[in-house]
Amino acid sequence: MTTHEPVRPDRDAHTHEVDLALRIESVRKVFTRREPRKRGKPFARRKREETTALKSINLTVARGEVFGVLGPNGSGKSTLIRLLSTLLLPDSGTMHVFGHDVEQDAFAVKRMINRVSVDAAFFKKFSPIENLMYAARLYGLPAAEARPRMKEIMKRLGLEEDTFDQPMEHMSRGMQQKVAVARGFLTSPILLLLDEPTTGLDPHSKRDVQAFVREIRESHDATVLLTTHDMEEADRLCDRIAILDKGEIVALDTPEELKKLVGSKSGEATTMEDVFIELTGRSFEEAETEEVSK
Amino acid sequence: MSGLVREMRGAFAFVERNINLMKRYWGWEVVWLIYSLTNALAITYIGNGMSMISGQEIDTQYVVTFLLVGALIWQYLVVIFYAISEMIAWERWEGTIEYTFMAPVSRPTHLVGTTLFAIGYGIVRTLAILGIVVAFFRLDLGDANIFGTVVMLLAGSVSFVGLGILAAVLPLLYPERGAQMTNAVAAILLLISGVYYPIESLPAWLQVVAKASPATYVIKGMRACLLEGRSTVELLPTAFTLIAIGIAVITMGLIIFRYVERYAKKSGRLTRSG
Repeated sequence: MTTHEPVRPDRDAHTHEVDLALRIESVRKVFTRREPRKRGKPFARRKREETTALKSINLTVARGEVFGVLGPNGSGKSTLIRLLSTLLLPDSGTMHVFGHDVEQDAFAVKRMINRVSVDAAFFKKFSPIENLMYAARLYGLPAAEARPRMKEIMKRLGLEEDTFDQPMEHMSRGMQQKVAVARGFLTSPILLLLDEPTTGLDPHSKRDVQAFVREIRESHDATVLLTTHDMEEADRLCDRIAILDKGEIVALDTPEELKKLVGSKSGEATTMEDVFIELTGRSFEEAETEEVSK
Repeated sequence: MSGLVREMRGAFAFVERNINLMKRYWGWEVVWLIYSLTNALAITYIGNGMSMISGQEIDTQYVVTFLLVGALIWQYLVVIFYAISEMIAWERWEGTIEYTFMAPVSRPTHLVGTTLFAIGYGIVRTLAILGIVVAFFRLDLGDANIFGTVVMLLAGSVSFVGLGILAAVLPLLYPERGAQMTNAVAAILLLISGVYYPIESLPAWLQVVAKASPATYVIKGMRACLLEGRSTVELLPTAFTLIAIGIAVITMGLIIFRYVERYAKKSGRLTRSG
């Protein structure tokens, strides 16, 4: 794998545009959908329902930083990632990736980013090599360069070489997710968007993926935006964490500072779970149940 | 890396991907080929049995060739139409739409790759059907203008690429029903374009609609070449009309696609189905 000179996160760099990987200002996103049809009234007029996914989000991420967005399901994490991936347009506000406006200069932004999402979306009848080659060609990588690189990344992630040419539908969820991670890194993005990359993985696969993220951060000039609802993962991997609840950032700081902010009431070490409860007034499980029941 | 090389790689991604899809779903390819072949044969046998049905003496050879030309050309055009109009639907079914749309590849490049595959696939498939059909019917193409036929076919392909882009908008707008809507568009084109009968046999108002379908000109031109042996020069005005319609439809298709893609991003419709 090609390695780059590592660039360390600069804690004082947040105000300098040149060192900013990401600047999000007042971003708001509301989804509108029609209410479900009522039984026995197929032609009845249906009202429009609005769901506010993000309420005026502001944040900056420094170059080289691993920035975590922690929140329960439905808190707006995936909407944020999809906005940055140019797959959604905000209703208001602006987003800049390394100085490029995500809406106005989407093509330049697309060249800098890649994404690993919770669902390993692939052509399931294709092999990992065929899927990754498709991705490589879309990003303009020559096949001769891409082929050894994709094999190297997949091996590093613990995938057996004899699986490289097997249809992906025969692979386990964990193996598919590792191929998804390989796809994300294959194009050497300078901003990597990880949308719950370890959700649903077995502990071993989870460790492999987390170790790879740490390794990439150590050896590459890459900034990582990681969304997760795994508090331990956020604590372990991220330089700073924003806690997102109901589309709003309720706290943003380093894991240590967030824990200090809350303090320990029981005398035991403060966890990110304690931080979440203190800041939102409910437990993570309650928040998730609330969002799911909506 | 030059921008052109990058774009060529991007276009080839879609050609290679579609060839891989074809290989992986080869069983469906066989089923689809058998369906198209039996369809072409069934329609042509109507011509073969026409004198028996009507009890009158007719030029069966001419009717058979008339129907067969329509069936084969329609097979080719509809393959191009579906290959392009399904470029979004496939991505939705497989769940890869978000990854393709966030990749740094322009929509015209996406389209060029899909079109190159569609034309190659359409030619191979139509030749395969023709190869089998000639074993069932005696075709008299002694006076045919083959060069003119190729010119008409290429001119017609341009306009069907445009229609395919316009239809591809439907799965973008309607994640669940869009793909079925493209079938309705293809069926309407089949009805109005004189594929199996002269458009003059349609009601007057449908004849007006038929004149707006590029397939009407392609099929009429192809029959003029194959059945009447008309010269290429005579058919040039029709070929130019087709190319002009094609350019207009492609331009309109790209503009509408761009607008609808923006709408899909605004409303959160760029998501997988299922």
